[in-house]
Amino acid sequence: MGNFAANEGLSIFVIVSYEMKLSPVSMVNFHSFSLSPSQHALSWARAPAACLNFNCMLILLPVCRNLLSFLRGSIQYCSRTAARQLDRNLTFHKLVAYMIALHTAIHIIAHLFNFERFMDSQLMINSSYLPYVLSQIGNNDNRSYLNPIRTNETVMMFTTIAGLTGVVITLALILIITSSMEVIRRSYFEVFWFTHHLFIVFFIGLVLHGVGRIVRGQTIESVKVHKPDECHSRFEDWGKNGTDCPEPVFAGNPPMTWKWVVGPMILYVCERLVRFYRSQQKVVITKVVMHPSKTLELQMKKKGFKMEVGQYVFIKCPSISQLEWHPFTLTSAPEEDHLSVHIRIVGDWTQALYTACGGDKTVVQDAWTLPKVAVDGPFGTASEDVFRYEVVMLVGAGIGVTPFASVLKSVWYKHVQENKNVFTKKIYFYWLCPETQAFEWFADLLQSLERQMMEKDMSDFLSYNIYLTRWKDAEAAHFRVQYEAEDDPITGLKQKTRYGKPNWDNEFSAIATQHPGSKVGVFLCGPTALATALGKQCISHTESGTEFIFNKENF
Amino acid sequence: MGKIEWAMWANEQSLAAGLIYATGGIVGVAGQFRGWQFAAFGIAAGVFVCLLEYPRSKRRKGTSVERTGQYCFTVCVKAFGPLTRNYYVRAFLHAALCVPGGFMLATVLGCVCLGIASLIYLSAAIHGEHWEPILPRTEQPKSVGNSIKEPPQNPPPRPPPELRRKKVDKLETAVYDNPMSVTINE
Repeated sequence: MGNFAANEGLSIFVIVSYEMKLSPVSMVNFHSFSLSPSQHALSWARAPAACLNFNCMLILLPVCRNLLSFLRGSIQYCSRTAARQLDRNLTFHKLVAYMIALHTAIHIIAHLFNFERFMDSQLMINSSYLPYVLSQIGNNDNRSYLNPIRTNETVMMFTTIAGLTGVVITLALILIITSSMEVIRRSYFEVFWFTHHLFIVFFIGLVLHGVGRIVRGQTIESVKVHKPDECHSRFEDWGKNGTDCPEPVFAGNPPMTWKWVVGPMILYVCERLVRFYRSQQKVVITKVVMHPSKTLELQMKKKGFKMEVGQYVFIKCPSISQLEWHPFTLTSAPEEDHLSVHIRIVGDWTQALYTACGGDKTVVQDAWTLPKVAVDGPFGTASEDVFRYEVVMLVGAGIGVTPFASVLKSVWYKHVQENKNVFTKKIYFYWLCPETQAFEWFADLLQSLERQMMEKDMSDFLSYNIYLTRWKDAEAAHFRVQYEAEDDPITGLKQKTRYGKPNWDNEFSAIATQHPGSKVGVFLCGPTALATALGKQCISHTESGTEFIFNKENF
Repeated sequence: MGKIEWAMWANEQSLAAGLIYATGGIVGVAGQFRGWQFAAFGIAAGVFVCLLEYPRSKRRKGTSVERTGQYCFTVCVKAFGPLTRNYYVRAFLHAALCVPGGFMLATVLGCVCLGIASLIYLSAAIHGEHWEPILPRTEQPKSVGNSIKEPPQNPPPRPPPELRRKKVDKLETAVYDNPMSVTINE
């Protein structure tokens, strides 16, 4: 239980405290509003409205990348666990979005009942019916009325500010949600990104939603002379001589939403300005390398660029698209003088980038023919924490190995060239890959590392295991007979390539016995299925002493 | 905006619209609102749209992800042939189904969402897309032929030359013992 707490404790605390904030907000609002003491539709609408104010305030915060990076840098001096929570910003954003959708649904259904009751109140012409009497107040001077539904309800919806903005923002919300489904997001990112900008319409409509002051309440002066608790049953006598219940006076409640959302909106505008400013700074492409398996490497220089291991940047190429920013992990180490990314060519943006950089030409390109790019970042992720653990397990699946390329290069520079005293004593590296060609650019790195470590007599610092998860039958026969050879037939490395998937149980047990009493950091960049498996292994293998802490990175 | 298959987004939108239409209808009928007959129609239309849209279409490029348990729905939808295959028919159907919802406040939202879905389907149809069922691939049964009873007459085939070719300094650990001498320009 303790290890579960170590891994998940802080996220659960964040979620529980968030939920607890919502309940008092809704309860307070529930009791204040009622057209008659027995009808609660308006209360049912006002409670989720209050929750919506809170949620809409929160939804903009997790997507302010630069703000989060800044916070992460400051917090991690206090607590590494707290900084790890900031890695889950997208999960929190989605949770808040689901809450917004839920509260919107409750709000709309409550208003539907509300409108129906208000219409009934107008139509049931019977002066001994409290709601009717209340609705008739203000019919003459149109100033102090209570029941806003003066005419047909559907017409009402489209002619009041509240109704119209309500419809518009609900539509915007529905379009945002349907285009954010995982299927659409993973396959057609542009549709998701452009539709998501409807949030601007959403926030403008949200702030304007209460401007019409359509929800009406008794004014404070009126409450002093006309007490609802005493007078509500004596409505036939209101205003008549001799009673102590004069006619109640109502006025519209002022809009409240802007007070909640104006802060995050300003923060978000600042965030976009920061991104824009960073994108304007000059970036020069110094080298373009085309690797097998459709991988393009870009080496760039940007003045004043500082990075840590395993961070990622957003890249924009104005000649391909003015609006698209795409994230890529940095594969260069902080000690190098340039920044490099390895880009896999999968969609039209990456394909266009490949053509623009002259990937399909065989002649050497001049520097001025290369396209202008803009770089925003770097932004931090879990891999930054690698050097804070004594023992580290790095697991990369396929292209997920890229952040670890940065880590290993940095390891090489730190230990071998600068010989600094690093806290990390042992690295276990696992690379799961479906095809052999994908090894090429990474195999070179591993080979040079291997050579350097042998020269410095440190061959047991890094232990790497490469797992080939798919192979052809023709190659399989060849591998079997090559078993005795000194160098691996595929990579040329001293440590053999293995076939199939690793047995995580064995691996974790072996590491736990090798390093009792230490904190082992487990870093993964790969598919969700693997993340679940590794997460479970971390929890089950954390025994007294050895503690496995799981960090997942994803885009 | 890239090679998007509009039908995928139209499918998500119409599924959501169907749910909203049905929910609005349930509220209208349960609360006995004025015009509850439109709400009842809304429930029926919403449920029908959900059933029609639940099975995802197979994508033209890339892997298609099924929704859980969609196989029986796929079979039903496939049975209607060209009516469900063609997206013009779907666009028109959604447009027609959404109109009665506009007459009552509770179903107005479902009406508008379904209308938007209809427009996206129209766009999909104009781009030439159509609905393809996702069916499980039938495994080719590995037939054990008669040849297994006779021993092979020829030696096994050799792997392609790239894998056979060894570096010159490693001839001692070469894979195969070639009966004939190996020359460099093989």
